Amino acid sequence: MSLEALQDRIREAAARKAPLRLRGGGSKDFYGNAPRGELLDTRAYAGIVSYEPTELVMTARCGTPLAEIEKALEEKGQCLPFEPPHFGEATFGGCVAAGLSGPRRASAGALRDFVLGVKLVDGRGRALTFGGQVMKNVAGYDLARLAAGSLGTLGLIAEASLKVLPVPVCELGLELEMSEATALETMNRWAGQPLPISASAWHRGVLRARLSGSEPAVRAAAERIGGTRLADGKFWRDVREHEHAFFGGSGPLWRLAVASNRPPLGVPGDTLIEWSGGLRWIRGGDAREIAARAGGHATLFRSEGARQGAFAPLDAVVLGLHRRLKAAFDPAGILNPGRMYAEL
Amino acid sequence: MGAALSVERQARVARALREFLPARAVLWEEEDTRPYECDGLTAYRQLPMVVALPETEGEVQRILATCSSMKIPLVPRGAGTGLSGGALPPGDGVLLSMAKFMRVLRVDPAARVAVVQPGVRNAVISEAAAPFGLYYAPDPSSQIACTIGGNVAENSGGVHCLKYGLTVHNVLRLRGFTMAGEPVELGAQGPDAPGYDLLALAIGSEGMLVVVTEVTVKLLPRPQCARVVMASFDDVEKAGQAVADVIAAGIIPAGLEMMDRPATHAVEQFVGAGYDLDAAAILLCESDGTPEEVEDEIERMRAVLSAAGATRMTVSRDEAERLRFWSGRKAAFPAAGRISPDYYCMDGTIPRKRLGEVLKFIAAMEKKYGLRCPNVFHAGDGNLHPLILFDANSPDELHRTELFAAEVLEKCVEVGGTITGEHGVGVEKINQMCVQFGADELELFLAVKRAFDPSMLLNPGKAVPTLARCAEYGRMHVQGGKLPHPELPRF
Repeated sequence: MSLEALQDRIREAAARKAPLRLRGGGSKDFYGNAPRGELLDTRAYAGIVSYEPTELVMTARCGTPLAEIEKALEEKGQCLPFEPPHFGEATFGGCVAAGLSGPRRASAGALRDFVLGVKLVDGRGRALTFGGQVMKNVAGYDLARLAAGSLGTLGLIAEASLKVLPVPVCELGLELEMSEATALETMNRWAGQPLPISASAWHRGVLRARLSGSEPAVRAAAERIGGTRLADGKFWRDVREHEHAFFGGSGPLWRLAVASNRPPLGVPGDTLIEWSGGLRWIRGGDAREIAARAGGHATLFRSEGARQGAFAPLDAVVLGLHRRLKAAFDPAGILNPGRMYAEL
Repeated sequence: MGAALSVERQARVARALREFLPARAVLWEEEDTRPYECDGLTAYRQLPMVVALPETEGEVQRILATCSSMKIPLVPRGAGTGLSGGALPPGDGVLLSMAKFMRVLRVDPAARVAVVQPGVRNAVISEAAAPFGLYYAPDPSSQIACTIGGNVAENSGGVHCLKYGLTVHNVLRLRGFTMAGEPVELGAQGPDAPGYDLLALAIGSEGMLVVVTEVTVKLLPRPQCARVVMASFDDVEKAGQAVADVIAAGIIPAGLEMMDRPATHAVEQFVGAGYDLDAAAILLCESDGTPEEVEDEIERMRAVLSAAGATRMTVSRDEAERLRFWSGRKAAFPAAGRISPDYYCMDGTIPRKRLGEVLKFIAAMEKKYGLRCPNVFHAGDGNLHPLILFDANSPDELHRTELFAAEVLEKCVEVGGTITGEHGVGVEKINQMCVQFGADELELFLAVKRAFDPSMLLNPGKAVPTLARCAEYGRMHVQGGKLPHPELPRF
């Protein structure tokens, strides 16, 4: 499939004002509001465009399987530092459009922090290039980062360039028994010290931490932190992919984002905490209310049945900006309409 | 614009602002407004019609609402250290100085954030965080003077951004107002705020989308120690290859800077940093972290640099020596000012592998235009700062300098890079935007601008050229590149 074919498809749909549902591997069909529109499958527009380890830049087309990207990086001792979840047969484009990050988010940064540039097909079928393949670039507004996490509502991310980093030389997991309150205090204290902690998670009385870096640094930190060593990295993979037992429960799954040092939110039932305390997964309950009380926001991450209102409502001024941006990128309103907010 | 100042308009605007601002906060006499006529790009000057110096968010909101309803253009300004003319005032409008917003509102060591007003200087944030072992990572060379508000507008970097990121990676939340005076809060202290990433869009938007009144920044634990390897090379391309080799070895240095021989010679007589004056280029390669980590990394760096053909290597033995090695790099701009009446600093970024080609091109341009050009280079992230030395009193030298710079920036675009890595487009590089972007991209930039500011009053005429301007530049460029009235902001 060619870029022109993608452009033609969007142009043609815009002329008919026919909504399009942009979709890669469908691994995140569950995420956001219910998708609608004619299917535009991006998987045929695939392949790594360029990858130069010494430039720390990976450029690939949207339909490239995320697994293929990670394999190419691994062969050169590099990785996507934000550790994106796959949730199945994820594509590169879907990964960037969803903007989700994994366990390393609190220490390495989010997906959007690694976006260097995109080639975007907007709602008029125009192929537009923003950003580039270099680390520092402040020419023009940062529309590449804006596209990341926009769930395909501003344009089809046909190609993206991401900054990549070397795989840490040494990695080691530890677990310590402690209460939720103590764990939150501990994670935040660690994050304020020069320790090579690349991930942390608390669930049912156990705090787990992953150390990544040079061997001497990891060894010294492990001695300082104490606890028992984890056998391997399976725990972090399971948390990232929602294959950990916590995610096997039933009822709507909510993702609460709060200031990392917020004390326990006092939710009834099970909770799993990540990102030094900034991310708290809960099941059921009045999540929006709980998040608002804690000064954060809640996303309905997974639920059964028809989904609306997955994302926390925006205030009127910010929503107005969203609507005008949507109109600028997609005047006919055909790209993944309603997937993020009903108004977009 | 640029036409004779309308005294009637000036009086009308000053009167409207005086209704809610004290006399000291509204300036219009030439002796008071003269200090605001330019920012760090002094070649472009324009006396503002009125300068407003608010002290509260409420005052900022009323100034914006007033200017909006009177259709008066407005340009925000921090410390005025910007290098691209982003804060060049409007001759027929209001310059909004945020200089009085200089309070650190809150340092929360447990959450590792600081909430500050936009007029707080970059270095002051790290000073406020220091008692808790924390600091604010982005460190532009002007950090003792530049403000966080200006850093947000320009997405400023520094010498440590390969490892620690730019402003966009270290700011969590902004509060401010649109041009119409509507309050906005972008981002959040918690991760991944809902909706589009308007925080990222606002950062680096050169003060054209929102006026920022409060900034929440991320604080990091200060590394326990840092050491730097200074390596000499007898050839600049070898030095460039050494940079690639360091990264290929899986090392992300805390800082990785290159200076060519003209640059080391210029600074050495100025600061006495102990640079190897025989080297064609020197690299400064820094490691930071725990003592164990640094020792291990420095050994790995030395091995790679040695294999890449370094002719001499010195590792800083203590903090004083480390700072001395850096002092030359940090003094590069003032040193250029010492050996030449004026200098013009460029800011292109290129893929690192094209460094040799671009440096050869710059050398050829030195001959073509008869001007010297030492190079300092954020080698780790490909950001070049060639410094063209000239004498502004010679109109011909200034003109040749502008042509020289335009050719270099266009070369950066040609090799897959960008016209500006960290200084911004402002008024300075607005014509080169026509080279870097096509008509469709520019049109979308303008549409984004209108989504925030439909009346096009906030910092008008900066950063994004109109298609008409590009058409004009294209024509002029063919005729030899003479800039049409560069002093005139226009949209």
